[in-house]
Amino acid sequence: MATEAAVAERSEPRTKTKKARKPSGGTPWWMWIAIAAIVVFCLFPFYWLVNLSLKTGADLGDSSLFPPNPTLANYESIFNNGDFTRALLNSAIISLSTTALALLVGSFCAYALARLRFRFKFGILALVLSITTFPAIAIAAPLFRLWSDIGIYNTLIGLIIPNLTFALPLAIYILVSFFKEIPKDLEEAALVDGATHFVAFRKVVVPLAAPGLATAGILTFIATWNEFLLAITLTSSPAARPVPAAIAFFTGSTQFEIPYGTITAASVTISVPLILLVLFFQKRIVAGLTAGAVKG
Amino acid sequence: MADATAHTGAPQKRRSRGLSEKGLAFWMVSPSMALIALVAAYPIIYAVWLSLHEYSVRQAGLSRWAGPLGLRNYTTALGNSEFWSAMTTTLIFTVSSVFFELLIGLAMAMAMHAAFKGQGLLRTVVLVPWAVLTVVTAIMWRTIFESPQGFVNQILGGDTVWLGSEPQALIVIIIADVWKTAPFMALLILAGLQVIPSDIYEAAKVDGATAWQRFRKITLPLLTPAILVALIFRTLDALRIFDLPYVLTKGANGTTTLSLIAQETFATNRIYGLGAAYSILTFITVMIVSFTYIWTVGGNIRGLAED
Repeated sequence: MATEAAVAERSEPRTKTKKARKPSGGTPWWMWIAIAAIVVFCLFPFYWLVNLSLKTGADLGDSSLFPPNPTLANYESIFNNGDFTRALLNSAIISLSTTALALLVGSFCAYALARLRFRFKFGILALVLSITTFPAIAIAAPLFRLWSDIGIYNTLIGLIIPNLTFALPLAIYILVSFFKEIPKDLEEAALVDGATHFVAFRKVVVPLAAPGLATAGILTFIATWNEFLLAITLTSSPAARPVPAAIAFFTGSTQFEIPYGTITAASVTISVPLILLVLFFQKRIVAGLTAGAVKG
Repeated sequence: MADATAHTGAPQKRRSRGLSEKGLAFWMVSPSMALIALVAAYPIIYAVWLSLHEYSVRQAGLSRWAGPLGLRNYTTALGNSEFWSAMTTTLIFTVSSVFFELLIGLAMAMAMHAAFKGQGLLRTVVLVPWAVLTVVTAIMWRTIFESPQGFVNQILGGDTVWLGSEPQALIVIIIADVWKTAPFMALLILAGLQVIPSDIYEAAKVDGATAWQRFRKITLPLLTPAILVALIFRTLDALRIFDLPYVLTKGANGTTTLSLIAQETFATNRIYGLGAAYSILTFITVMIVSFTYIWTVGGNIRGLAED
């Protein structure tokens, strides 16, 4: 399978090119410029946000690159804001439950798609893939009405369900490509020893697929944490509003005098969990993002 | 889980091979399919139903077949200049943001691939914009462009009200989107670059090919599949753009996109029928591109479906 080759070779060619090009004398100067440009491009805007979040009062009105009087006052103020802490909690509950449900249900489906022979497999994969490209707006309008009718408008469960619409196909898609990379021999040995397919799945495949499950989990969590359209459409009060929607309301309510200090502090705060995930799981995330993308 | 356990765990079957392969596949796939039917198919069908009916606050609780064949919402939508301007904005946004993302993503990928040291660190750095929430991205670029603290006008030496002018507002939105997603493009392309065997380059070098020739004749053709996948993912994502214009301009100054006009119509103005029609039209637009995608790179899905 091409993915296996991709994974196997991912670390290999690097050492090869290194060896091949070393005689020409290390990294050329323009390469350092290119690398510096990438780092500045990626990090500077976020640094700017951090910089603003450490300023208060008149300092916010100037464009100095360093806060002249750095202070954590904005952070204190958002953590004393009940609506914001509530939104953080809402986001955590929504993202974690969506991720857990998507992994639980999705791993079964992904295993069947990766390993078992049955009809309509291509159709099911095509369906799953097409839903990941689905515009959320298409389900937002009906859910807006439907949720009011059945009484789950502006509730956490009312957000977990539609988030699952997108999380589940994403999890299935990533898991299928990970399950396919697990060597079949171990499973076959278990089957020969008389285990059922399901036992082989639970005892052999799931433990081996732990990295894949982690990857799918991280990506689902990030996607759900980031979700905005449903969050803003299906909530009407801080009781159920997750952070992205809460922050947008921060902005919207005071159109003419935007409280930049607290908004930037809140923005930095809600980005921190995701940036930590990136720092710790860079390899997994890249593997998940590129799963299925690199096939000859 | 309960379902599958109950069935494979049936005592009389355990000693044999449990359920047949097809039976097991059915039980493993059906929870997901049931959920997808519930959370995706049903709402879509309901959206279609809504779009064929007249539903407004004034007639709350009443639903009426909308005009001849129930298509009045669609004729209204398609005859509305606001819809077409949203369509144009969405297409301009999609084409230009995806174009610049590809360009910058390709350059970033080439540089990262050539960097010998600290590639892991670079990948982490590159993932930061991807991990920053879209809403936060919007706020970030607002603070960069808007006076008084924004420094763009100081550098460019003008006094443009970026988010208050047309087409500047759309340009800011495109820049924000490019910043957030070019790195994603770079990572996909980088993965494609890393599966190109380096001996091909060595052979080309021996044969006297210049760096540009090697790029044109080896890198680009071998990279096409990876680029295509990246392009299509990004295109479909860009077509449903909502967060950035919502937070940056609320659709003012020529930045109303398809998703935005639909959401505003049903959620703010509570005109459900027309709003649903806009949603379905957005859905159809994305699906047309989507099917082109599956048709073009269908081999990739087939690859996953086969062993």
